Amino acid sequence: MDFFKRHFLVPLIAVLGLIAIAYLGVAANLQFVFGVVIPYLAVLIFFEGLIYRAISWARSPVPFKIPSTCAQVKSLPWIKRDLADKLDNPENKWWAMGRMALEILAFRSLFRNTRTTLLRHQEKPEDSRLIHWSYKWLWLGALAFHYAFLIVILRHIRFFTQPVPHWVTALAEVDGFVQFYIPTVYITGVLMVVALLYLLARRIYTPTLRYISLAADYFPLLLIISIGITGILMRYFYKVDIAAVKQLAVGLATLKPVVPAGIGSIFYVHLFLVCVLFAYFPFSKLMHAPGVFFSPTRNLPGDNRWNLHVNPWNYPVKFHDYMHQEDEYREAMIEAGLPVEKEK
Amino acid sequence: MAKLPTPAELIQINYQMPSKGWLDLKAELRPGYYVNAAAPKWMQMIDYPFPRSWNVADEDWQLPEDWKERVLQGMEDRLQRFRSLKLFFDICVRCGACADKCHFFLGTGDPKNMPVLRAELLRSVYRRYFKTAGKLLGELAGARDLTDDVIKEWFYYLYQCTICRRCSVFCPYGIDMAEMTILGRELLSSVGINIDWALASVAQCYDKGSHIGATPQAFKDMVDFLAEENERITGITTPCPVNKKGAEILFVVPSGDYFADPGSYTFMGYLLLFKYLDLDFTMSTYAAEGGNFGWFISHEMGKRLNAKIYEEAKRLKVKWILGGECGHMWRVCNQYMPTWWGPIDFLEEPVSPITGTKFENATVHKMVHISEFTADLFKHGKLKVDPQRNAHIKLTFHDSCNTARGMGIFEEPRYIINQVMPEGHFFEMPPNTIREKTFCCGSSSGINANENMDIRMLGGLPRANAVKYVHEKYGVNHLGCICALDRATLPTLMQYWVPEMEITGITELVANALVFEDEIERTTDLRDRPLAGFEEADEEEGAE
Amino acid sequence: MEHNGNYKNEFGWFADKPKVPRKLFHAKAVVGGLLIFLVLVTAPLWRNLGKVVPAPDPKLNTQAILALPEKDRVCVEDTAFMKANHMRLLVDWRDEVVRNGNRDYINSKGKRHLASLSNNCMECHSNKSQFCDQCHNYVAVAPNCWGCHWEKEKKQVAQTEAK
Repeated sequence: MDFFKRHFLVPLIAVLGLIAIAYLGVAANLQFVFGVVIPYLAVLIFFEGLIYRAISWARSPVPFKIPSTCAQVKSLPWIKRDLADKLDNPENKWWAMGRMALEILAFRSLFRNTRTTLLRHQEKPEDSRLIHWSYKWLWLGALAFHYAFLIVILRHIRFFTQPVPHWVTALAEVDGFVQFYIPTVYITGVLMVVALLYLLARRIYTPTLRYISLAADYFPLLLIISIGITGILMRYFYKVDIAAVKQLAVGLATLKPVVPAGIGSIFYVHLFLVCVLFAYFPFSKLMHAPGVFFSPTRNLPGDNRWNLHVNPWNYPVKFHDYMHQEDEYREAMIEAGLPVEKEK
Repeated sequence: MAKLPTPAELIQINYQMPSKGWLDLKAELRPGYYVNAAAPKWMQMIDYPFPRSWNVADEDWQLPEDWKERVLQGMEDRLQRFRSLKLFFDICVRCGACADKCHFFLGTGDPKNMPVLRAELLRSVYRRYFKTAGKLLGELAGARDLTDDVIKEWFYYLYQCTICRRCSVFCPYGIDMAEMTILGRELLSSVGINIDWALASVAQCYDKGSHIGATPQAFKDMVDFLAEENERITGITTPCPVNKKGAEILFVVPSGDYFADPGSYTFMGYLLLFKYLDLDFTMSTYAAEGGNFGWFISHEMGKRLNAKIYEEAKRLKVKWILGGECGHMWRVCNQYMPTWWGPIDFLEEPVSPITGTKFENATVHKMVHISEFTADLFKHGKLKVDPQRNAHIKLTFHDSCNTARGMGIFEEPRYIINQVMPEGHFFEMPPNTIREKTFCCGSSSGINANENMDIRMLGGLPRANAVKYVHEKYGVNHLGCICALDRATLPTLMQYWVPEMEITGITELVANALVFEDEIERTTDLRDRPLAGFEEADEEEGAE
Repeated sequence: MEHNGNYKNEFGWFADKPKVPRKLFHAKAVVGGLLIFLVLVTAPLWRNLGKVVPAPDPKLNTQAILALPEKDRVCVEDTAFMKANHMRLLVDWRDEVVRNGNRDYINSKGKRHLASLSNNCMECHSNKSQFCDQCHNYVAVAPNCWGCHWEKEKKQVAQTEAK
């Protein structure tokens, strides 16, 4: 089996296996395990792992201030820097925060993305041209997925709170404004799955991406797609008793877990996949989410020359001092008319 | 040395991905793509470990017995010292945004030249030895054992990276391959694997004072010669004080500027400019090198070479330091120098003696870039120039990767260019190939040797291609830059891809245009080429 | 700092192993950030802490229902189906009535029912606030039935007031 097949099929089988596990678990009447024990465990692993990893990053210092300077640095006062420049090459920590905000909320760097192809010249190959053009699809796909996912998660707050905060119902109302189908279709749910399918498709069909992709890339994609699809199926097609679902969710959130009878197994599949995602998160590339906050090429200002950065492990090094040079070349230096410290 | 293929042959780039996965694909070390192994004498000069004679083509690289422990221990140490490394190992999602941003990937089509995969070469070992998933799942988690083939692969691909950071601009998390490349090269050095070109420069610089290995007296000869050239061409005496104590400014340039064309013209430009201003400056035989090949091989070696600048400023009791046109020198000076040596209390906050401008952006660092210095002069109307003297030049400007992405100097050189060039003689290259998206010359970071011409020409292809575009569209004949490595490597690159292109520093253009009060009539530029309107006079002279 | 001496070490060129202090760097930002994150994502937990959230308790004790004999107290479909699908059913009814003028609903057992929210469902479930709203509020859905349909309860109140 070749590299791609191995790295794609194993996660696919893993996700299908997880679905089967949940199905069989419910069939074996393990509702309490899948509805209470595993969710609590997953959430604990999530927090513990997340904190552990963040702390482990924080234990390594940032020895040098190395922001990627993507615009004119602050220099002479009359050199014009517009708002974009100040954000792309921040002069102090406030602007650096602005840069981070733009990076995290709007995916600034991906927005810059270009594509390059070699336009080959048949008769005179040396006249072939590299064409670079702006390429926003990845940015759009990534942004669509992340925001849709965020809103989907926020909408789920209605299951964990009672009374439901007003902004959550308002969010759901906006999300379902198309009033299409009953229950009304939430745009973000569909958008999330569509965006994920795009992200998966580009991984499979772009040769370079397919070449670099590992099982660790396909697994979260397939997992979240499965979560989205089970959620959609449950909401629109294979209905479950939603009041009972909320009872279970509120039970978890009030630390008074209950397992109401009669919730369809598709719900437990959905929940189990979510639990797996939570537990998997801190050990995977999904840590890019907290990780981006730590990135020294983005979160530091470009102010090295007027604001001293201290390296906590700075240490003395061996170098040749001036006298080393003079001692070696004194006579020649005097002959060449160069001033010296010692005449002899 | 393999014969360099023609451009028409070399540009037949195969972007097809191999059928074999990268974890199973052994690197093929192709001649023309790597720099030779460092000679033991250079390693001994700088106390580098495991000096020995060996060849890259050898099957056995004569690694020390415990090389594996050393590399893994080195990796662990660096994970502890550099948050960047730990983070960049952990958070990559392999989105592929960086893939076609690397000039080496665009030039070779070799998948391991995609920054993401170059990083994976290191990451796969990290996963295998430092992560549970990698320990348990092995290949399926993208992990692999550290073998001598892996070391060879690291050597091959980490020296096909010029630390230019173009990938880091596009990465949504700012993952910087440059950081990983330097640290990876440190690991290689720790088991005695170095490239000769970089190490020779480092050792010479460490021992004598500059990469080119010039002794103090040779240095003096070279700068005096260039001053004489100035006098011959312009009739103006441009003395260059050396090791002068108590001067106001220590002037530091990369050795390329006084060593060879076309950098030397830029150096002549500096001297003319300083003469015009009657600047109280000195150069130094000890801090004769602004560039820093040391940083290309390790952070520590960078520091060991960089020490000379502040040391000399202290010894000569200058007030502040002025830095010439150089790319990586400025990246090192900007990102590392103050942190290595700060606080710098033996110097004063830089103030231009001509305009009185206080350089607010260099108050801690105490070092000013020549472009800032000159731009400030122009802004205050202190320089009288005749742009027509550059009328024989049609210019485009190449942002050097280091000053662009490691510092952020974009406007100053352009401002100067607009002052010294006649209107309509300056053309920008396509927007996706300049400023923060600029393409590297392809030969930076210590790989501008002679034995790896294939990779140099391929790595430089994206840059050359953009130059070719403005050359054909606007008739551009000069490529301006503020980087000595560019001036050293771009002529070769241009000769290969865009033969009619000359490389010029910006200060050279300033000096061409600079009008002295008591000057003799100027008929040629600093390169002895006739100015526009004097072509015939030149021919007549030649006829006589 | 002190520099320029004679150093040699493990790698041959280090002075000695640079000593990385064992501590949390940027502790304020890191711990602060983590705390903010934790508080945000566990907000529902804190809001709920110690709270007892009663399960919805839809009441079936309207006079109309109580008036029926025990065995006839059945809805148009069985309870499990109604719980999950009543919204779909009502919309189908609406479409049939408005588009085709068809007010007949034949249920899964073959029995004919009047397809009407106001005149059939609400006849038995006249207690909207204690029946419909119980669950709707609980799971935070706002069906738009009541945009058109007159609520029986209000009508009764209005009628009493009018008297």
